[in-house]
Amino acid sequence: MKDRKRDFERIEQRAKVRRTLLRAATYLLLGIWAFLVLFPFYWMILTSFKSYSSYNSEYIPKFIAENPTLQNYADAFTAVSLGRYFGNTLLFTVVTTAIMLAVTVLAAFAFSRLEFRGKNLVFTLFLALMMIPNELVIITNFQTITNLGLRNTFTGLILPSVTSVFYIYLLKENFEQIPDELYKAAKVDGTSDFKYLTKVMMPICRPTLVTVTILKVIECWNSYVWPRLITDNEAYFLVSNGIQEIRENGFGRENIPAMMAAVVVISVPLIVLFLIFRKRIMEGVSRGGTKG
Amino acid sequence: MKVVLQGLTKRFPNRNRKIKTEVVAVSDFTFEIPDGKLVGLLGPSGCGKSTTLNLISGLEKPTSGRVFFGGDDVTDLPPELRGVGLVFQNYALYPHLTVLQNILFPLQNLKGDKKLTKEQMLEKANEAARLVQIDELMERRPSELSGGQQQRVAIARALVKQPNVLLLDEPLSNLDARLRLQTREELRRIQRETGVTTVFVTHDQEEAMSISDLIVVMKDGVLQQIGKPQSVYDDPCNLFVAKFLGTPAINVFEGEVRDGRLFIDSEAVLPVSGVRDGEVFAGVRPEGFIPSAEGAMKLGLEGIEVMGRDTSVISQSPACVSGRIRSIISSETVIDTEKPYVGFDLKPRKVYLFDRKSKERLYFDIAPSGEGADV
Amino acid sequence: MYKNNAKAWLYLLPSVLFLGLFMVYPLVDVLVYSLEEGYNSASQTFSGVGLYNYSFVLHDPYFLQAVKNTFILVIITVPLSTGFALLISLALNSIKALRNLFQTIYFLPYVTNTLAVGLVFMILFKKTEYSEGLINLLINVFGGSSVDFIDGPYWAKMFVLCFYTIWIVLPFKILILTSALASVKQDYYNAAKVDGASKFRIFTKITLPMISPMLFYLIITGFIGAFKAYSDAVALFGTDLNAAQMNTIVGYVYDMLYGGSGWYPSYASAAALILFAVVLTITCINLTVSRRHVQY
Repeated sequence: MKDRKRDFERIEQRAKVRRTLLRAATYLLLGIWAFLVLFPFYWMILTSFKSYSSYNSEYIPKFIAENPTLQNYADAFTAVSLGRYFGNTLLFTVVTTAIMLAVTVLAAFAFSRLEFRGKNLVFTLFLALMMIPNELVIITNFQTITNLGLRNTFTGLILPSVTSVFYIYLLKENFEQIPDELYKAAKVDGTSDFKYLTKVMMPICRPTLVTVTILKVIECWNSYVWPRLITDNEAYFLVSNGIQEIRENGFGRENIPAMMAAVVVISVPLIVLFLIFRKRIMEGVSRGGTKG
Repeated sequence: MKVVLQGLTKRFPNRNRKIKTEVVAVSDFTFEIPDGKLVGLLGPSGCGKSTTLNLISGLEKPTSGRVFFGGDDVTDLPPELRGVGLVFQNYALYPHLTVLQNILFPLQNLKGDKKLTKEQMLEKANEAARLVQIDELMERRPSELSGGQQQRVAIARALVKQPNVLLLDEPLSNLDARLRLQTREELRRIQRETGVTTVFVTHDQEEAMSISDLIVVMKDGVLQQIGKPQSVYDDPCNLFVAKFLGTPAINVFEGEVRDGRLFIDSEAVLPVSGVRDGEVFAGVRPEGFIPSAEGAMKLGLEGIEVMGRDTSVISQSPACVSGRIRSIISSETVIDTEKPYVGFDLKPRKVYLFDRKSKERLYFDIAPSGEGADV
Repeated sequence: MYKNNAKAWLYLLPSVLFLGLFMVYPLVDVLVYSLEEGYNSASQTFSGVGLYNYSFVLHDPYFLQAVKNTFILVIITVPLSTGFALLISLALNSIKALRNLFQTIYFLPYVTNTLAVGLVFMILFKKTEYSEGLINLLINVFGGSSVDFIDGPYWAKMFVLCFYTIWIVLPFKILILTSALASVKQDYYNAAKVDGASKFRIFTKITLPMISPMLFYLIITGFIGAFKAYSDAVALFGTDLNAAQMNTIVGYVYDMLYGGSGWYPSYASAAALILFAVVLTITCINLTVSRRHVQY
């Protein structure tokens, strides 16, 4: 009896030590990865504040900027057309997202609320299109846009990017959760379908709409492949192409601090957006985002 | 195995982190569960009964107090070393394992000299399955079973390692009404056959009353009363227990004791010697009314419901604080429903007095002549 | 019943138009392109129909290099990133303090521009005449000799590419796995604890099977994503990936379409279809395996 009690105490003691060690290891692992994630961000901000001469004179890079300068940011906007890339991307993102939303909402409404011949067939076909990788259709799209003479235009940039079957699907599912009674009540009150869509369904499904919007904005902001194929005139570059251009031809010399300033400017908008809508973005991505 | 709880207390930090106060789930709990008994922990939801169960199983550590199994202090032991079987409210059967694999699971965890061979495990699993009568379903998955069958699997899984104590959390709440009646008999049978000390938690007093050897009534983390179901019913220690046990519920009146008599609605209805004068609550069980035209209690008649063997008389009184008054009388007694009033005498053993403020029971001496109401 | 016919199609019109023009038609067209031999972009003429384009692509050393690179990338990054994401998610799920902070930090790479942050990785790993680069200095501290990770030996470049790829894909995997782990009911763990299951056994017998649907989802999408790797390579090694020996299959497609060796849509189509066939095959294998293992 007494022996058993002592046994228990020993077991408990050992378990406690093991728990503490495990906890320490857990935090160590989490801390190391957090460091690895944050370090590139720290490095780019740090470097962006170092002057060109001090950066190049540091054989062993310093971990703080001794004479912080904003010159690099000025260079990024004057020596290369970062401002223009920025504006282009903003325009591209806003217009693409807006058209995408309109197209998606209308289609989702038709699938969720209206009865028409061939609905199931069409919807199945839509779903089947989700399986098609972008790489497969981009070749013809490139040819189409080239043949239409739309290279180096915003129209050419935007048009192929405005449809997303997945968002139609996501929104349709959400629309379908709105009870039928609301629709009937609206009909009794003489509300038109379109008005019902804009005044009732869209406000109710606002969270999903916001999610879709944010995901699309992220996608637009980071898009690289299509813009690269369709624009070779610097006047139409988006930030991704712009940064690639800066890397290969910008600043006339290897001006890494200025390059980092450009990287910071490009990264900040999405990071700010993320910090504001953190919950919504993470929830939206886990519901529908894929990357990698 | 005997289970003893000694001064058991469990406090949780408040969910809202900004509020620094703690929530007391279980407060200074002391009682003893005799070996081989079936004990029902009874109380309204949120009264700390599930926490008590978790403290016994070891899933939670008490803030203070001790838990003993037999003579051993197990307070600091993790659950796996306590030898408890636990049946969860939603059964917590592993959905990816078959019934057999579910039942085998606890056995496969045994280590050292307790380790069993495959054959021994299978034998034990089959034995447990036979006990709860699911030996036909061994290859199915939980999703292919009905609620009642899942319940049995969960019990088999809890029993297969021959635990010192079997704990069940709301074992019947996920079953439909008919199955519930059947399953509670089943539970009683399994407990008898195995003789394992069993504690189950429920908010349904009827369930607890019908199968327990002992019931433990809790409220807001505080133990109210322990006893055999009938004796707790017959002898509640406070107004809460009186109200919580029994269907239909007890009728509660505002009353006053003066000169050894109980007054309700300024009528003297019962001699109650041995109680100090003052304002009281008087609880009368539905079966405590004797219809009598000249009865001491006159109540406004609302209607009667004939239920075969019994008749339920529904009446009202301004002094009654528990809604309509429901009294159950033999259906052979005829009540004149034309009259606006019905008269009753009271059976003294079915009348309980409670202090108006503390709501504690006030005991009075029952006149040896028994049922009389000669005021 | 179908009184809404015309109206419904009106609502659908924009999406049908866009999808038709930019998804359905291209799908057919890519097949046509891949079979047209000797296609000339300028005159839009071709000399014959056959499988020559496929044969050309399959014998093109650049394509073979791209296939090799892509397969190495897939084989290294998919298991590593999935395993590591699982480890981190388990760690995240076991703590309370700082959990939100860690989750937020871990998600950051998801919202960054792959091309832009790739540059940071490049300067961290690159060896220039002014500086060895931070990573090389670190290697020197531990007694190793510097390696040029960006313009140096093949294995070094592959290492950086894999590392950056994992850095980029991990946020999504961690997010999915943490929510999968959080959705396993506490009751199962309590039941297992009462039954005396060891931590390891709880993990293999309960946690893993319970999150296996999500795990397989991640493995499948991970394979697909890794096979389509491209922009991370561009970010690190620049647009001329063939010269850097770091091209990927998708990069090869784009290069054939437009770029240094460009304006060959037929070759691009053939390469894209080969990639599609590979991805489809692997996905089917994955699905079959997951059917066998995800049992509920």
